[in-house]
Amino acid sequence: MDVMKKVPVREQAPDVRNKNFDEVCLGYNAEEAQEEATRCLNCKNARCVQGCPVSINIPEFIHNVKEGNFEEAYKVIGKSSALPAVCGRVCPQETQCEGQCIRGIKGEAVSIGKLERFVADWARENNVAPEMPTEKKGKKVAVIGSGPSGLTCAGDLAKMGYEVTIFEALHEPGGVLVYGIPEFRLPKKTVVASEVENVKKLGVKIETNVVIGKSMTIDQLLNEEGFDAVFIGSGAGLPRFMGIPGENANEVFSANEYLTRSNLMKAFREDYDTPIAKFKKVAVVGGGNVAMDAARTALRLGAEVHIVYRRSEEELPARAEEVHHAKEEGIIFDLLTNPTEVLTDEKGNVTGIKCVKMELGEPDASGRRKPVEIPGSEFVMDLDAVIMSLGTSPNPLISSTTKGLEINKRKCIVAEEENGQTSKEAVYAGGDAVTGAATVILAMGAGKAAAKGIDEYLSSK
Amino acid sequence: MYKILKAEKLAEKIFLMDVEAPRVAKHCEPGQFIIVKMDEKGERIPLTICDYDRKAGTITIVFQIVGASTEKMSHLEAGDAFSDFVGPLGCPSELIHEDIEELKKQKIVFIAGGVGTAPVYPQVKWLHEHGVDVDVIVGAKNKDLILLEDEMKAVAGNLYITTDDGSYVRKGMGTDVLKDLYAQGKKYDKCIAIGPLIMMKFVCLLTKELGIPTVVSMNPIMVDGTGMCGACRLQVGDEIKFACVDGPEFDGHLVDFDQAMKRQQTYKTEEGRAMLAALEGDTHHGGCGNCN
Repeated sequence: MDVMKKVPVREQAPDVRNKNFDEVCLGYNAEEAQEEATRCLNCKNARCVQGCPVSINIPEFIHNVKEGNFEEAYKVIGKSSALPAVCGRVCPQETQCEGQCIRGIKGEAVSIGKLERFVADWARENNVAPEMPTEKKGKKVAVIGSGPSGLTCAGDLAKMGYEVTIFEALHEPGGVLVYGIPEFRLPKKTVVASEVENVKKLGVKIETNVVIGKSMTIDQLLNEEGFDAVFIGSGAGLPRFMGIPGENANEVFSANEYLTRSNLMKAFREDYDTPIAKFKKVAVVGGGNVAMDAARTALRLGAEVHIVYRRSEEELPARAEEVHHAKEEGIIFDLLTNPTEVLTDEKGNVTGIKCVKMELGEPDASGRRKPVEIPGSEFVMDLDAVIMSLGTSPNPLISSTTKGLEINKRKCIVAEEENGQTSKEAVYAGGDAVTGAATVILAMGAGKAAAKGIDEYLSSK
Repeated sequence: MYKILKAEKLAEKIFLMDVEAPRVAKHCEPGQFIIVKMDEKGERIPLTICDYDRKAGTITIVFQIVGASTEKMSHLEAGDAFSDFVGPLGCPSELIHEDIEELKKQKIVFIAGGVGTAPVYPQVKWLHEHGVDVDVIVGAKNKDLILLEDEMKAVAGNLYITTDDGSYVRKGMGTDVLKDLYAQGKKYDKCIAIGPLIMMKFVCLLTKELGIPTVVSMNPIMVDGTGMCGACRLQVGDEIKFACVDGPEFDGHLVDFDQAMKRQQTYKTEEGRAMLAALEGDTHHGGCGNCN
């Protein structure tokens, strides 16, 4: 083997997978995982650990993989992460653990994400459950939202001996893991449901169909329902639109709607009742991971799909691996292009978008070069649907119904980074509800920090 | 699971159910809605709360068969259960936030169209319980489709009933009744209209002419009902609003009804429309969105 290169991971062929919703990446088998594990240099002051937002002891778990002690490897990861099968799949490792790997200086970094995924999948297939809590604290904590931050916070608190109830607005727990990230990246039944099951095995109760802010308020949780503390992990699920003419036409969807129909409601399957229209030619506006997910979903439903993004390839916010997969599957990238109007027929159906070409000017406040319109470059792209994937912001449902909860001008809840404490006593928050749309692993890190903060608060009370 | 305690056929293709949902019953207010999902493979269907019993922990819903899911739902009986029942969703009716003494001084008229009678009922009942009696105009295609007549009579000040075909009380639309009342010298300070989009549109055209501020309850396509997808977005004045969190009630004179009617057709095919028209026969109220 070439030690400079990762052991390649098996994948479905692009022209096969672009017609199905099965997982693209097939993962390592035991042999491949052990071989990849030998590439780890077992650094003393491992930089990869610093790159991991929840500081998994990476060299130790990889060493166990190398030796074939997969159960031990799972326990090592379990000390830091509640959702390894998820994170091994969806973390942007290239900018986190793998981005720091010494192996990556001269060759390719160790495939930490794929190894984590292997260990978690192996544990599931061999029915290895997380360790049960032994202590009982006799105090109750409510967790709002069952996404990555809520699940992590709940799992950690349960391990510390708290009685935890998660309140989820939708009919299924998992947050973005069930409604946002598609089946072909993150299988729902095998991976997400079993990770949720593991959190339940720790004694966490999950109540679905409860919309905090409507069904109940935070004050009612604290004053009437007997909770000693609350963690808000309600995410950033409010979609943005462009505000251009024609945007309310029938076949203009937010990526959230399109993905919720497909992922949560399983509209891509004939035996489920929720409809999803099939289109011939679709534009997805935006360049993030959500845009890639929406584009690859539309492709699998039979459309020719264009990513329309106003900056260049270099600035695409999506993970490199996702862009690569999207291209392999046949997604067309129309870069430096910005829609200015959605065109419709007399029935209100989309017929196309009017676009303008862009060029990159001076760097803006975020350090990225600002796209500037090229005068006279307008053109029309014929389409029958548009998916807007321009990012999301926190839903004001909770902040607007909770007295004394401070929010910033982006409607994000203000909370301390190290312990999740908000401006309201006994109320903690973390994940996208605090940061705005970010990553699964950062949300998990925030859930972890808040669990520690809540424990410190309740222990001192 | 959310148990169905009572299932009753109110009229052709219109059904009433009492559902056990204590959390919803404890916190809901008139004007709000719920989303129901029948089983694992079912879709999420928004329905207005038509009544509630906080003590018994039950919510009353009324629905009309308009497609495959509601057809399937109509076969459920007392003792069956919904897998999911979430709410209350949306904002309560503005009326419940207003000063009761101020409301007593106002002349208010409700106009209900067809199955829209069901969501009008809890608001009229709430006002009646707070000492405010309002006029109610109920319009339906024919006599068999008049809902909750006795219940409404018990809580309304004056109840005016009209049928499109004249098979009961009088012939004509709800708007015709309002025109007649104005011709007789009646004046109203406020109008609340709930029913099919086309009916609310025509009520708003008339009340604009008569200068009556009008509130409508919108019923666009919804998925989650919590503000995370924008499927239910509407143009209201210069703004885009999400009916599920900003509404469902809006100033009727600001709503772009033509756009809302177009959006309601998103998942309708020509064949589907034909099938609906054939299936629904006399009760076909243009739920297919194709009736303008």
